Amino acid sequence: MDCARTRNYMHGYLDRELDPVTASGIEAHLQSCAACAQAYALQTSLHKAIKGQATYYTAPEALAARVRAGFRTTRESAGKTYTPPHTPRRQWLALFAAVAASVLITWTAVIQLETGSRDERIGSEVLAGHARAVLTNHLAEIASSDRHTVKPWLSSKLDFSPPVTDLTTAGFPLVGARLDYLDNRPVAALVYRHRQHVIDLFIWPDTQASAAAMQASSKQGFNLLHWTHAGMTFWAISDLNPAAIRTFAETYMGLAEAAG
Amino acid sequence: MAHFDAAYNLARWLARDEHDAEDVVQEACLRAYRFFGSFHGGNARAWLLAIVRNTYYTWLEKNRAQTLNVQYNEDTVAAVDYDMATTGDSVERLLHAEDTRRCVHRALEQIPAEFREVIVLRELEDLSYREIAEIADIPLGTVMSRLSRARKLLLHALQELDQES
Repeated sequence: MDCARTRNYMHGYLDRELDPVTASGIEAHLQSCAACAQAYALQTSLHKAIKGQATYYTAPEALAARVRAGFRTTRESAGKTYTPPHTPRRQWLALFAAVAASVLITWTAVIQLETGSRDERIGSEVLAGHARAVLTNHLAEIASSDRHTVKPWLSSKLDFSPPVTDLTTAGFPLVGARLDYLDNRPVAALVYRHRQHVIDLFIWPDTQASAAAMQASSKQGFNLLHWTHAGMTFWAISDLNPAAIRTFAETYMGLAEAAG
Repeated sequence: MAHFDAAYNLARWLARDEHDAEDVVQEACLRAYRFFGSFHGGNARAWLLAIVRNTYYTWLEKNRAQTLNVQYNEDTVAAVDYDMATTGDSVERLLHAEDTRRCVHRALEQIPAEFREVIVLRELEDLSYREIAEIADIPLGTVMSRLSRARKLLLHALQELDQES
């Protein structure tokens, strides 16, 4: 280890960010080179002076109150369906006192109150994925109505092989497929059409998936249907009415099971 | 209170004004609240501080466009090559003197924001290089050299303060 390298890595050494080999090289050099040792001593003094002497500003109490007020305004103006439980005012204040104790922990709590379960969160991601594709007109990366083309394409890009069925006779022709990213993983998105409506069907393996029964929900004018089958989780979303989506889902599953 | 204070401390050092810092923290908390969905676990403090930092720079562009710091020139840093042989001792004495608090404070306030922020994150928040890289939005490999330059600038500022007094 020479002087130039030592000066270069001195800061990593001071901050204990170096790998053991480089660190021991620096250490050896500092013991044998007075000039580098002096430079390091100066850096150590500076480090200690900043750590010990620079002001650590603590947030004024009034600011915490303003932030809490801001949260309330945001929730009201967002017009969310969540309404605070009718607890005595003192308890309500205690809940917000927790914000002061740790703003972040309270976010978690409030967000959980508002968004509920994991399915709720994934539902939002499904909506976002669908909206992204529709708005950017990027529905299918592989445009084909032939399931023997679509299925191998998906299998080659994912670590699982989703069931792909052709529902043309039932009035839901296959448009194609693309990849999306939901629930922190790449997923398959099959695209079907029903008259002028687009249906996205997101599929991925999910070991934590809950009930197998179909669960319908709606978000911002879109209807969603969620179910699990044989270790796979399915999310269908469209601007079609819930009954039509259910027909689609049941036909799809019927053919998928028949196929194998 | 830990994360909230950390948010305020960073905003206060960046803005160098308590009212501006309060505005930045309030806006940052609202953003964090709104974008909570983008938080996928990991280090909550680093996530919040990254939002504070982004909010500060957005706020700066909007409110203080006329006084925006001129983008700090790399050459300026190179020019501040601190001459250890002649002045190292006096700065060293200053750092150990009774009343270093005022000098340290002024020196840190003087250096440009991009250097000030890494010093605050490293020395006051005790964050790792990886966390600093994430918050300051720079490559991991840049953190050490940014800190090295920041410390060089601090020593230079201290040296000048020492000569003034």
